[in-house]
Amino acid sequence: MNFETTIGLEVHVELKTKSKMYSPTAVSYGAEPNVNTNVIDWGFPGTLPTINRGAYSYGIMVALALHADITRHTHFDRKNYFYPDNPKAYQITQSETPLATNGYVEIEVDGKKKKIGIHELHVEEDAGKNSHEDDGYSYVDLNRQGTPLVEIVSEPDIASPEEAYQYLEQLRQIVQFTGASDVKMEEGSMRVDTNLSVRPIGQDGFGTKTEIKNLNSFNHVRDGLAYEQKRQIQLLMAGGEVRQETRRWDPAKKETILMRVKEGADDYRYFPEPDLPPVFVSQQWIDEVQAKLPEAPAKRRARYVTDWGIPEYDAGVLTLTMEMANFFEATVAAGADPKQASNWLMGEVSGYLNAEHLELKDVALTPAHLAGMINLIDDGTISSKIAKKVFQEIIKEDVDPKAWVEEKGMVQLSDPAKLTPIVNDILDNNAQSIDDFKNGKSRAIGFLVGQIMKQTHGKANPKVVNSILMTEIKKR
Amino acid sequence: MISKDSVAHVAGLAKLAFSEDELQQYTAQLDEILNMVAQLETVDTTGVPVTTQSIHLENVMREDVAVNDTDVQDLLANVPTKKGTLIQVPSIIDKEDD
Amino acid sequence: MSYDNLDITKLHDQLQSGKLTAAALTAQTFADIKRIDPEIDAFLTLNEAAAKKAAAAQDDAGIEADKPFAGVPVGIKDNIVTKGLKTTAASKILNNFVPVYDATVVEKLQAAGAIIAGKLNLDEFAMGSSTENSAFKTTKNAWDHTKVPGGSSGGSAAAVASGQLPMALGTDTGGSIRQPAAFNGIVGLKPTYGRVSRWGVIAFASSLDVVGSLTHTVRDAALTLNVIAGHDKKDATTADLAVPDYTAKLGQSIQGMKIALPEEYLGEGVDPAVAEQIKQAAEQFRSLGATVETVSLPHTKYAVPAYYIIASSEASSNLQRFDGIRYGFRAKDVKNLEDVYVRSRSEGFGPEVKRRIMLGTFSLSAGFYDAYFKKAAQVRTLIAQDFDKVFEDYDFIIGPTTPTTAFKIGAKVTDPLTMYMNDILTIPVNLAGLPALSIPAGLVDGMPVGLQLIGKQFDEQTLLQAADAFETATGYQDAIPGGANE
Ligand SMILES: [Mg+2]
Ligand SMILES: [Zn+2]
Repeated sequence: MNFETTIGLEVHVELKTKSKMYSPTAVSYGAEPNVNTNVIDWGFPGTLPTINRGAYSYGIMVALALHADITRHTHFDRKNYFYPDNPKAYQITQSETPLATNGYVEIEVDGKKKKIGIHELHVEEDAGKNSHEDDGYSYVDLNRQGTPLVEIVSEPDIASPEEAYQYLEQLRQIVQFTGASDVKMEEGSMRVDTNLSVRPIGQDGFGTKTEIKNLNSFNHVRDGLAYEQKRQIQLLMAGGEVRQETRRWDPAKKETILMRVKEGADDYRYFPEPDLPPVFVSQQWIDEVQAKLPEAPAKRRARYVTDWGIPEYDAGVLTLTMEMANFFEATVAAGADPKQASNWLMGEVSGYLNAEHLELKDVALTPAHLAGMINLIDDGTISSKIAKKVFQEIIKEDVDPKAWVEEKGMVQLSDPAKLTPIVNDILDNNAQSIDDFKNGKSRAIGFLVGQIMKQTHGKANPKVVNSILMTEIKKR
Repeated sequence: MISKDSVAHVAGLAKLAFSEDELQQYTAQLDEILNMVAQLETVDTTGVPVTTQSIHLENVMREDVAVNDTDVQDLLANVPTKKGTLIQVPSIIDKEDD
Repeated sequence: MSYDNLDITKLHDQLQSGKLTAAALTAQTFADIKRIDPEIDAFLTLNEAAAKKAAAAQDDAGIEADKPFAGVPVGIKDNIVTKGLKTTAASKILNNFVPVYDATVVEKLQAAGAIIAGKLNLDEFAMGSSTENSAFKTTKNAWDHTKVPGGSSGGSAAAVASGQLPMALGTDTGGSIRQPAAFNGIVGLKPTYGRVSRWGVIAFASSLDVVGSLTHTVRDAALTLNVIAGHDKKDATTADLAVPDYTAKLGQSIQGMKIALPEEYLGEGVDPAVAEQIKQAAEQFRSLGATVETVSLPHTKYAVPAYYIIASSEASSNLQRFDGIRYGFRAKDVKNLEDVYVRSRSEGFGPEVKRRIMLGTFSLSAGFYDAYFKKAAQVRTLIAQDFDKVFEDYDFIIGPTTPTTAFKIGAKVTDPLTMYMNDILTIPVNLAGLPALSIPAGLVDGMPVGLQLIGKQFDEQTLLQAADAFETATGYQDAIPGGANE
């Protein structure tokens, strides 16, 4: 029997606002527990929510980047459930009229392009954090409570763990390029809930799905789904039945482990939030957000290839993060040759960042300095060997490369008027090499260049030296 | 007619516990109330929109400006048990985070 | 001496002229409370030390002419939070709860110079019509201590009617200001939904709750509304409209006004003696130059079921935060988290609150939402449309506030349904978000009858003007428990 797989992904993305979704306290992590909270975040009696317009705008921005249709008339709803990290015992979300519907993400698997539909996006508030200790107690920190989230719900279009991986990768990239979120799994600003079902090919309805939790990286998602896919197929092949259950991925054992069996659906008793008036999203509001929406990564890639002749693969690497793409474009704007800028960013710069476990924002390098250095190479002021030294300096210190090479006396000797006497001087003293050259021993040139470099303490521009040498040697 | 089982189920959702006597009593009372409510069935509401807010407001929103104006010690003052600035609660058993 | 039953204007005159100091008035107030309240049981918490300090500060600052509340003692229903002053909503679950912030209405009153005397009893979480559902005490009707003061703002109404305070704030979700005002022979004003901030009001039903006043006179209601009305950035459901001077039209003629009297408001279930008082009130309005015509509000009888579904649904959600984790009552000897929730809530909430939580949870639960919550929300639309239609042709509506005068303590407490039907004349107003007030309309068998005036949204002005004209013409407000005011 052959099976097909259906995967659903719910992705929560934290929006990069200054204040919370329904309360004005600061969105900020790493603080002492409960310091970034107020009476609203605690759900104190008598408190009321207010809507953060900036968060809603970010939500619209993400929706536009995912080609979704913005819902014009919307309201908020309450989702009721008890949990210590949920102080009101309801989450203010959008259920009946989500922020947007009907979007998509384009992925490529095995060279084939496929659109994965997005059923809906809605804004809501994050919960606080519970921690569990061995002393028989749990502890609640509400600093995260109320952080704005956009939840992105996929259509059941994802047919394999690899497609799920690609979908997440593309989604992360697209959202990151809007600037609305950091979308970092490791920091929790992007979180993924998954469900998977299999069915014999040809069967009409979907199979029974299981939920998988604790997927803390895209690799875990892919591995967890692959395991679960196999588990379900084996179960069915053996004549068993898939139960509706929640399982957790154990990355060490590389398997999913049963957490609980679901008895019927959860009953969240959704109803319209009476404390918040409805929101009307005008065309003007959409236009305002659209105008601020940064260019999407796919568009940037195309532009790099057609306008600047960057190879497709390189364009892909440069647009993995918005930071890199922005840096690249700024370097070009500062006057660097695009191809050179690309080579440096993909080569030395990425190498340095990887080795040091740093990000672009953590180093002193600026697009202007990188462009300045590339231009010093181009105009022969420095050699590519010197350039490596210059790079080691400008990535660590905020110094102008031109001023620095001058100060350090690293400027190449490229002036023919100065180099010609030195070349002739060397030729005068190496008659044998001239003979060798004329007898067809091209290696003799290397020796002569070496002598000139020695004479100039390595500062002579090898290109210029070469051309003068050829001219002068022919005169003899 | 609402059953005792349904009432017990609803009590579970509401995190309330009733003794057998109470359950009996609440079932009877809820049944009576729901009978009164059944009058609504006779109203034709085809095409009638819902009213969930009585005055017509729209787009009442706040600009994204952060304000921290409450001392954490004040917020903690009513907490039955705490540790440092954390709220302490009896252990959460067999439930996952988030 | 006692200032018993003096209104705010008279108190203000005496304070301003120096006949009375805020300190003396406050001292007198607490002496009165200690003398009168043991019979009435209106107060849950006294704010004596802080009030005396605030009064002295008022005297030092000087009583300004344009600050009508400067030095005037007021009471606050105990479901409105007061910073540093215990606030219980008359529930065991908030037994020892001390709020860390002030409700906007409390802030505004204090800014206007009012002295907070204390917190007043209510039905637990404002759920009830008799104040018998308080976890702490049963307040008595100021006119007959064997009868209920009404509810849920029973403590506020009885405190004012018994001469302990000139004004107390109440909240009105389905009649909780107007009904106790009627039962105690005073003025109860429920403003338009969204006219007064709910920030700091412990939510019962968020789409229905409104803060208003209980006073001796219409002018005092207007003075109070001047202070508490207005948009609040912390309450997104408040309207961003200018606040007029609500005293501006007091004393003006109501000649030519068009008044509607719905036939459903004098129908089945309304005590004929009460109906008679209302008919006389209609005559009174006619004699003041207004026209009164009979109209129909055909969906009136569906208001009670629609209301109980909507209010209970919202309440079931609003009251989930009382879970024993962050504040309030936590049950003892709990084994685990589930225990904290279930036992704290089961031991902390009283029977009526549980009843409504159950009804509301049921109405929202899977499979029942459409037939209950959604249906009720649709019927709510029809009820509001009934009013809209009448207001196309009329300035305001009159009717009885309650079908009967105050009933005996204990008479309905075991029969929730009969208790619910008591609110049939006040509930439609909340569903439609309209302003309404109840003013004294004479006595039946020695107990006060309330006349209800219902206005267009945000047209409190017209209601106050008409009620003031009625009050001036009849003098019913001068009747006080135990005999006429000298
Ligand atoms: Mg959601
Ligand atoms: Zn969510």
